[in-house]
Amino acid sequence: MKTYRDIVGDGGSDIAGQVARRQARMRARMAAVASTLAVMSGKGGVGKSAVTANLAAALAMRGHRIGVLDADINGPCMARMLGVEGQALTLGAGGVTPAVGPLGMKVVSMDLLLAPDAAPVEWDAPAPPQPHVWRGAIEAAALQEFFTDTVWGTLDFLLVDLPPGPERFPGLHSLLPRCDGAIVVTIPSGMALLTVKRSIASAHSLKVKLLGVVENMSSYLCPRCGAPQPLFRDEGDAGRQALGASILGRIPFDPRIARCCDQGVPFVLAHRQTQAGRAFMDIAAQVSGLRIAQEEGR
Amino acid sequence: MKFLCVACDEAMKFVEVADTAHGDTFSAVFGCPRCGRRIALLANPWETQLVRSLGVAVGGRTTPHAPFELVRERLANSRLMWTEEAEQRLARIPEFVRPMVRDGVERHARERGYREVTSEVMDEVRSSMGM
Repeated sequence: MKTYRDIVGDGGSDIAGQVARRQARMRARMAAVASTLAVMSGKGGVGKSAVTANLAAALAMRGHRIGVLDADINGPCMARMLGVEGQALTLGAGGVTPAVGPLGMKVVSMDLLLAPDAAPVEWDAPAPPQPHVWRGAIEAAALQEFFTDTVWGTLDFLLVDLPPGPERFPGLHSLLPRCDGAIVVTIPSGMALLTVKRSIASAHSLKVKLLGVVENMSSYLCPRCGAPQPLFRDEGDAGRQALGASILGRIPFDPRIARCCDQGVPFVLAHRQTQAGRAFMDIAAQVSGLRIAQEEGR
Repeated sequence: MKFLCVACDEAMKFVEVADTAHGDTFSAVFGCPRCGRRIALLANPWETQLVRSLGVAVGGRTTPHAPFELVRERLANSRLMWTEEAEQRLARIPEFVRPMVRDGVERHARERGYREVTSEVMDEVRSSMGM
């Protein structure tokens, strides 16, 4: 009796062909994107999305063509942070036209597809019990559509803002034809450093270039003397060295960052000359330089 | 997943699928090309949902891929997407009535189960209002 591998094809559904064609569409779309960078964090609440929004803006301020894909399907916030909330995604001949934010940044987020009633993401599923069985699959397929069907055009950088958790990066990596680099965002607390190690290990194990770690809320500026003071119990350089990754930059805490996020104005655009603003610009300069070095190496 | 006619030792071929877009199960019929025997695969709600979540079609695709099709079909609380042409037409309407027109067109589209607002949908709304 024949076994599974003795039979060529699947009798007519051509599921493998359907998947292959989908992947080919994605490769074609992503061919015009010079660098796809994942921004991830080991745990939530470290300000990853604020860093993504400001890094995107800082790169755009350096003259790069930028796209931002909000990969947080269930907790999207990029549309708000980049000031495109309320814009509608439209259907054109070549696909879906993304929202356009400040400095021409192109943005796609689940937020732009949800009805404006603050309801959570709900999938039309006739099998409500045990949604964990299929929810991961549908979220991955949705993400794949965001990459493939959006008319990104030619981009220098596509920043992908991942939801928190070290397991998210391998999931993204398996979808993409190529991931050119990863940035890990953390805060200088012992707990955050512990979990961020897992994210770094994940990038290393997938052989993805780790551009470095962004230490957010690294300090606060004393309102009296302006000197930086630690905001968390600092683990010091020994803790950072144990990460096994270079520090791409340190962003001091500045309450205006959160306010700007709420107002949909990138902080770095409004407050470039502040210490935090300069830190974002410095990180952008390094990321920009890494891309140039990468191109020269090709 | 493949099906084998044990009597003929022959791979069975897909014949038809009975799948209502929002039903909770689907059935796919396969037949043996040698003896003609037919069998039906009856998927339970979890299997059905998993297949739909993967964005693939049992029996093969009958329509070309549409942008964001899975999200637009499966997201229960999604906004209705407009084509660029329809948006341009809406933009020509005076701004103070635009939100009202948008709501009216979207209501019309949803009531008819349309997945997107096109220029044709706007024509339908116009003629239904006797304009």
